[in-house]
Amino acid sequence: MAAPSVPVGTAFADEEARFSKVTFWTRLRRHKLAVAGLVVLALMVIAAALAKQLSPFDPNAIDNVHWQGTPLPPCFQDASICGGHALGTDDVGRDLLSRLLFGARISLAVGLSAVIMEVLIGTILGAIAGYYGGWIDYALMRVTDVFLSIPLLPLLLVLTAIVAASSTRAALSFGVIVIIIGALSWPTVARLVRASFLSLREREFAEAARAVGNNDGRIIFRHLLPNAVAPIVVQATLDVANVIIVESTLSFLGLGIQPPTASWGNMLSDAQSNLEIAWWAAVFPGLCILVTVLAINYIGDGLRDALDPNMR
Amino acid sequence: MRRTLQAIPLLLAISVILYAILYNMPGGPLAPYLQNPHITAADIARLKHNLGMDQPVPIQYLKWLGHILVGDLGYSTSNSEPVFQALIERLPATLELMGASLFISIGLGVGAGMISAVYRYSVTDYVITTLAFFGQSMPVFWFALMMQLAFAVHGIPLPGGYLIQLPSAGIANSDTFDFGDRLVHLILPATVLSLLGLATFSRFMRSSLLEVLGTDYMRTAAAKGLSFRTILFKHGLKNALIPVVTIIALSLPGLIGGAIITETIFAWPGMGRLFITALNQSDLALLMGYLVLIAFLVVFSNLLADVAYAWLDPRVKYD
Repeated sequence: MAAPSVPVGTAFADEEARFSKVTFWTRLRRHKLAVAGLVVLALMVIAAALAKQLSPFDPNAIDNVHWQGTPLPPCFQDASICGGHALGTDDVGRDLLSRLLFGARISLAVGLSAVIMEVLIGTILGAIAGYYGGWIDYALMRVTDVFLSIPLLPLLLVLTAIVAASSTRAALSFGVIVIIIGALSWPTVARLVRASFLSLREREFAEAARAVGNNDGRIIFRHLLPNAVAPIVVQATLDVANVIIVESTLSFLGLGIQPPTASWGNMLSDAQSNLEIAWWAAVFPGLCILVTVLAINYIGDGLRDALDPNMR
Repeated sequence: MRRTLQAIPLLLAISVILYAILYNMPGGPLAPYLQNPHITAADIARLKHNLGMDQPVPIQYLKWLGHILVGDLGYSTSNSEPVFQALIERLPATLELMGASLFISIGLGVGAGMISAVYRYSVTDYVITTLAFFGQSMPVFWFALMMQLAFAVHGIPLPGGYLIQLPSAGIANSDTFDFGDRLVHLILPATVLSLLGLATFSRFMRSSLLEVLGTDYMRTAAAKGLSFRTILFKHGLKNALIPVVTIIALSLPGLIGGAIITETIFAWPGMGRLFITALNQSDLALLMGYLVLIAFLVVFSNLLADVAYAWLDPRVKYD
C-alpha cells in the first residue's frame, strides 16, 4: 500500500502551527530583554561577519612603529601614545579591537557548529530511545548517564590534550574543537527529546500515522519531531552560550584555539601576565564573552517563555 | 537500595570509557625511553613486558580495575609519588575551597531566591534576577582575572584612606596555621567559585518558592490565620527547598570544573591545579586517578541526592 501523499493530521498541524507562530512572536516581543539580546547578538554577528572590513588593523600584525615592548594603551586613555589603536594593543603589539572582531568569528562559529552537532546526535539518539523504548532506550540512557557523570571540563581537557600530544598543538584546529565539544555535550538534548517522544508516541496522531502504514523513520521525523522542537530550540540556544564559555575556557588554558589565531579565550590567556600594566587587554575580551553569552541566555529565556510558558 | 546497585554498573561503564580514552593518550610511561638512542628495541620490549603492556587490552583493563578497587591508582611520574597519595594530599585544599564556595552560594543563593519570590516583581526582585543572569553568563576565568585586577593589583579604596587589598595567590603565607591568614587567602577564590552556584540556586529557589506559594496548602495555612512569617518558614521554605537539594547535587560537576580554573588562576594547591600540571606533563596515571575520583564523587553525590529527595518528600518513591 502506497503511503498517502498528504499525511493524516497535517492540515490540523498546519493550523496549529500558524496560530502558535503568531502568539510566538507576540510573546517573544513582550520579553524586552530577549529582544535586547536579539539586537546585541545581531550586532555581534554582523561585526563577526564583517571582521575583515571593520578591522582597522591586521589582527596578527605587530605595530612595529609604535609598540616598544609594552602594550599600548587605548586611545581614550592616552591619545598621545596609543598609536591609533582605539582599544590599545596586546602584550606583543597587536591591535586589540581587530583581534576582538576576529575573535567574535571564532566564538560564534564554534558555538553554533558544536550545538548543531550536539543537536543532530542528541535528537537522533533521543528519538530512537523514546520511540522504540525497551532495551534500546535502556542502553542509550545508561550511556547518557555515563557522560553526565563525568564532569565536562576535565574530560574535554584530557581529550584536547590527547589531540595536542599526538601531533602538535596546531592540530587543535577549529574543526577538532567543535567535534570534541559537540561529541561530549549531546546527552542533555538526547534526554530532552526522549522525554518528549515517550509521551508523543502514545498520542492519537502518532497512532493514526502508524495505522495508515507510515514507516518508523517517517513517523519519527515527519510526525513526532515537529512536535518536540520547542524544548530542543530552547536547550540549543542556551547551549550556544555554554559552548562559547567552554571554548573560551579551553583557549584560556591553552588547549583550545591556538595562537596566533585570535579567540577571546586565548587573548585573556595572554593578558594574564600583564594584568598590572595593561588592564584593557584583560577587560575587553572578557566583556565580549559576557555580553554575548548574556544576550544569548536572555534570548533563550525569552524563547522558553514564548514557546511554552509552562516549561521551566 | 536498588539505586545503590544501579550505581555500580554506572561506575564500571565510566571506568571503561576513561580507560579507553587514556589508553590512547600518547606519551605514557615509556615516552622518556623512546627518544633515548642508548635504549634498544629489546629494552623497550622488556620494559613493556615488565609493565604488563604486552598483554591484551581487556586484560590490562581488568588488572587496572583490580588495582583501583583496592585504592591503588598507580604511580605519578610528574610527582614521583603514588597517585592516591598525591590526590589525597591536595584533597583538603580543594575541599576547603569547594566547601567555602558551596556555603556562600547555598546561603546567599537560597536567601536571594526567597527574597525574590516573596517580593515578586519588585525592584529588589528585578535586581536579583538580573544579577543571577549575569552570574550564569560570567566566564569563571575572566571573573577571576577581574577580581585579581580589582582587589589584588589595584585594591579597592575605602573612605578614610583605607585600601582593601587581598592576596591573589596561594592558600597561606606561611606553613604554620594562621586562621586569619587562611581566611584572607580564601576570600577571592571562594567568591569566584561560588558565583555560578549562587546564580543558579537563587533562580531555582525563586521559581520553586513561587510554585509552593501558589499551592492549596499554603492558602489553607493562610486561611487558618497563621502569620505570613510562619507560613513562609514553616510550610513554604521546607517544601521549596526539596527540588533545590537536587540542583545542588547536580551542580557538583560544574563546581569541580570551576575549581580547576579557580585553583589554576589563584595558585591554589588543590587537586584541580594538580590535574592541570599533570595534563601539561602527560602524567597519565594521575589524570586517570583524578577522573576516576571525581566521577566516583559525582555518582555518589547523585545517589545521596536521590536518597535525600525521597526522605524529604515521601511522595517520591523509587521502585
